Amino acid sequence: MIDIKNIKKNFGENQVLKDISASFKPGVSTLIIGGSGSGKTTLMKCMVGLHEPNMGNVAYDGRDFTSLSFEERIDIRKEIGMLFQSSALFDSMSVEKNILFPLNMFSNMPKSEKRDRVNFVLERVNLAGKNKLYPAELSGGMKKRVGIARAIAMNPKYLFCDEPNSGLDPKTSILIDELIQEITIEYNITTIVVTHDMNSVMGIGEHIIFLHQGQKWWEGSNKQITATYNKELNEFVFATKLMETLLKK
Amino acid sequence: MVFHHFGKYILLLKSVFRKPEKLSIYKDEIFREMVEIGLGSLGIISIISVFIGAVTTVQTAFQLVSDLIPKSVIGGITRDSTILELSPTICSLVLAGKIGSSIASQIGTMRVTEQIDALEIMGINAPGYLILPKVAAGVMMIPMLVIISIFLSITGGYLAGTASGAVTSVEFIQGLTTNFNPFTVTIAMVKAVVFAIIITTVSAYQGFYTNGGALEVGQASTKAVVISCIAILAADYIIAQLLL
Repeated sequence: MIDIKNIKKNFGENQVLKDISASFKPGVSTLIIGGSGSGKTTLMKCMVGLHEPNMGNVAYDGRDFTSLSFEERIDIRKEIGMLFQSSALFDSMSVEKNILFPLNMFSNMPKSEKRDRVNFVLERVNLAGKNKLYPAELSGGMKKRVGIARAIAMNPKYLFCDEPNSGLDPKTSILIDELIQEITIEYNITTIVVTHDMNSVMGIGEHIIFLHQGQKWWEGSNKQITATYNKELNEFVFATKLMETLLKK
Repeated sequence: MVFHHFGKYILLLKSVFRKPEKLSIYKDEIFREMVEIGLGSLGIISIISVFIGAVTTVQTAFQLVSDLIPKSVIGGITRDSTILELSPTICSLVLAGKIGSSIASQIGTMRVTEQIDALEIMGINAPGYLILPKVAAGVMMIPMLVIISIFLSITGGYLAGTASGAVTSVEFIQGLTTNFNPFTVTIAMVKAVVFAIIITTVSAYQGFYTNGGALEVGQASTKAVVISCIAILAADYIIAQLLL
């Protein structure tokens, strides 16, 4: 369970996040949606400690993350997995070494157990046998899946995904969404997905938070999102012709 | 502005020297960097060192027009200027271009492709993991390169001097072995260590705080070389003033 309270973040004069509070439950994928510049990624970065909020706090299962020092945060960080928009794989390392990296750094498992863990997570993301490939040899979708494999290698309690579908074709996007959803339920992970992809919203949006101009504008589920009258939300949801056409039908 | 950057640089250094998460991983990284910095730069350092020595000998001979000064002085001047100034400083300026730009672009690319964020999310001290092995490898390998450079430079001077007839073999060796002050080697080593720290940390700082994309990585790389070169020359003057 992650709780954020009254998060505010400024970059100079520009107030990017304005007093955002929310709760994220385990076993549920929460989608943070909103237009470009609405503060989605900044909110996620404040939650994981890549940005320091100017006000407010983030608590992981009751442990206040924002008040901790770098050293004190390490224990919580070991419980966090993150999939980056660009996948952020270490390009000088093979797929296997990318996944082994956090295991080598923080676990005292024997080598054979680590290798088994790598093979297990690669199989879980349908990339069995791709151990020796380098990031440059992978497609966009494969990179995202390796990113997920690396994120879940340490059995995280919290999974953050920053635009997991960006740059992917619709079919691969659905596969990535399904994978995130399956992993969330299977391991009872608290998952937070930042996206502006309406396919993801309709597919896995059990819990959705809509940000607009740095504020939490709306909160609900994909079942409620098309039935809600909210000017800004409706403008975002029905921005694509496809959604409009489908809804008319 | 300068103080702001200096403060950030000091804070970065503080993070660099935090206790490593796992020593064995850092050790592997240090060895890898030692190969890259040391062996990777041996070729260019060898070539420039031979020419530095050769030019120093030929130009010193050209300037010694008086018959009252023995030709053996050429050997002594080549030795002292090589040990005290030319080998440590010119090698470090060249290494600032070669290693410094590589460090800045490598770390800068990792920053703009979110690889550094990924390290931080994993709970790894990114400055320590990325910069400490480079600093340690630089501090160990650059003094070794300077020692090799001193030998090659003096050899280059000997070859150029004897081949051009500016000085005989006996005169050059006599000059080389007369009035040798071993403290000059200590000064060369102090310079090499200080310059190694400047090259690795200044370049790493420029790379670590890169914002943007490919253009900014290129700019960080250029800045790293320019600032390292200026800092090396300033430090060169300070060390000379303090130790001589």
